[in-house]
Amino acid sequence: MPQIALDQQLLDACAAVMLLLSFAMLSQRRIVSLVNLYAVQGGALATATLLVAWRTGEGHLYLSAALTIALKVIFLPWLLHRLIRRLEVYWDTEPLLNVSGTMLAGLLIVVFAFGLAQPITQLASTATRSAIGIAVSVVLLAFLMMITRRKAMSQVVGFLSMENGLFFAAMSATYGMPMVVELGVALDVLVAMLVLGVFFFQIREQFDSLDLHHLESLKERD
Amino acid sequence: MELLLLLGLPLAGAAVFGLLGARREAPEINVVFSLGTFLAACALTVRVIREGSLLLWHEQFFIDPFNLFLVTLTAFVALTTSLFSRPYMRIESVHGRVTPGRLRLYHSMYQLFSFTMLLALTTNNMGLLWVAMEGATLSTVLLVTLYRTPGSLEAGWKYFILCGVGIAQALFGTILLYFAAEKVLGAQGVTALLWTHLDAVKSTLEPSVLALAFVFLLVGYGTKVGLAPLHNWLPDAHAEGPTPISAVLSGLLLNVALYAVVRCKILVEGSLHSTLPSRMLMGFGLLSLVLATLFLWRQRDIKRLFAYSSIEHMGIATFAFGMGGPVANFAALLHMTVHSLTKSAIFFTVGHAAQKAGSQLMDDIRGLITLSPTVGWGLMMGSLAILGMPPFGVFASEFLILTTAMREQPWATPILLAALGIAFAAIFGRVQPMVFGETRLRRLPHAPALLPVFTHLAIVLLLGLYIPPYLADWYRAAARLIGGP
Repeated sequence: MPQIALDQQLLDACAAVMLLLSFAMLSQRRIVSLVNLYAVQGGALATATLLVAWRTGEGHLYLSAALTIALKVIFLPWLLHRLIRRLEVYWDTEPLLNVSGTMLAGLLIVVFAFGLAQPITQLASTATRSAIGIAVSVVLLAFLMMITRRKAMSQVVGFLSMENGLFFAAMSATYGMPMVVELGVALDVLVAMLVLGVFFFQIREQFDSLDLHHLESLKERD
Repeated sequence: MELLLLLGLPLAGAAVFGLLGARREAPEINVVFSLGTFLAACALTVRVIREGSLLLWHEQFFIDPFNLFLVTLTAFVALTTSLFSRPYMRIESVHGRVTPGRLRLYHSMYQLFSFTMLLALTTNNMGLLWVAMEGATLSTVLLVTLYRTPGSLEAGWKYFILCGVGIAQALFGTILLYFAAEKVLGAQGVTALLWTHLDAVKSTLEPSVLALAFVFLLVGYGTKVGLAPLHNWLPDAHAEGPTPISAVLSGLLLNVALYAVVRCKILVEGSLHSTLPSRMLMGFGLLSLVLATLFLWRQRDIKRLFAYSSIEHMGIATFAFGMGGPVANFAALLHMTVHSLTKSAIFFTVGHAAQKAGSQLMDDIRGLITLSPTVGWGLMMGSLAILGMPPFGVFASEFLILTTAMREQPWATPILLAALGIAFAAIFGRVQPMVFGETRLRRLPHAPALLPVFTHLAIVLLLGLYIPPYLADWYRAAARLIGGP
């Protein structure tokens, strides 16, 4: 049996942790825990980025890892926790699909994601190519979470988790995007969260709740 | 230098409004900044006419025939919309729908939106294009919710989530594009996301990866074009936000998103050597056209009516880009130009009509022509222009698209003709009683600005009769660049 280097094993472990966390988020209804899971996922992403940076000696990946820690492990979770306290939304209501159903759908999605990533994995020359399938799974699982949740807050965490998956995909397929693009994407995510913060207060002021069933009146009349 | 002004002025404008706070003369300052941006765009145009295509700032920015006319058009419509918004927003504050604090946000975000549009058009970097498109969404979300009504909050949330998810798909597409490019252009690509470099090596890019990338890019940017079935956010955002924002969303954002799709299509088609991207564009285009015309019948709100008409016209342009070839591409570019001008002119008149009626429901708007003939005639002429009546420019572009379709894709001709006919009946039947007949409308506290409306319509009329040689040359050069099967 061929020996697998320790850093490769660590990297695969990080990828596995990210996937597990995606499933955990899918089943978690307590919003505070959801945000914590998101922060840990950011941590796994940062660790993976650091490992790759150390292994390949790519300077900009260190910067990217630092950005991930600052933004996704510290700042955004802090912002979300603050919003949760100020808005007093602690629990999501029953999701549209029950937990076991969602888990089964999640499993199918992972299989599909690996199929989708197959051609890319074959072409990739990076040491991290085995993780591409996982990255695509994380993106699609986050998408599933956005579809099945009713509270605005959990949809937003899903959106952020999707972005984690996209960064992970970029990292494992090409060792990250050019720096200017990564900075731009990070800026957009940051601004998006600030805009959302304002937006949540507007929704709450108007409806006294963050439940999205209030936001279903604009439909085409028959 | 011109480019620095073009991008710097709107950005500085956003900062100035943010810092200055609510001022009485803010609408005038807004016009000044937009005018400066437009003059910078004109200077840039003159330079390109003299020197040809430009690559600037370490190749990060470029101007070629395809984006040059869009830059000028964007700056122009941003200017006329700021002229229109001056009395419009004053009337809104007299009617008590906006507070000074919200007007400050409005002006600041208006300039920021212009900046992101111009950045998306001029950047050579596919990654920055993505960043600018997402920035455009973010800067307009709070504008859609400006009135804080339940409807506007819902529209804003839909806009944010749908476009956010859509644009995330586009990011994945961009990552795949980078992945394929890195193989050819070398790692740690300073150049691997630059469009000009990608274009030079497009035939050597890995086809299977690019095909996958195109699916994601089309779905992602297509959401912002308003292509069915991803169009849900569009009518809500247009109807619930302030009218100047509806005008720039319809007139500018949709164009820029379509521009992004076509830029990607050029690369993918060069790599694939197949008609897959073209067929996908034709399919999405026709589907949007048909769905939008069916929904046109059901509308009661005037802004939703014209929002669906925007989806229809974007569908036509997308279909034409899908057919490809010099004539169809030429027609599609012309169509983007005239649609942008006509639709924003219509929204200008619709905005004032809705203010006079105190409602956006078409049943409440009656007899515009008795109270204010200019608004009434503006709406009538605009509607006739958008419906493709000769001698307006929309007729010219739609005629070219139809005749090309008869030759290249005969199966699509009946669908196109039927959809255009249905759209005509639906819109004309609604507009006619709004313009003529008895009136119950009220007078407005500020005189509406009608110069933008008639300037736009005059240009559309001119383009229907005579296309200036410079413009025709750019269209032809861009049409060659876009190519086709």
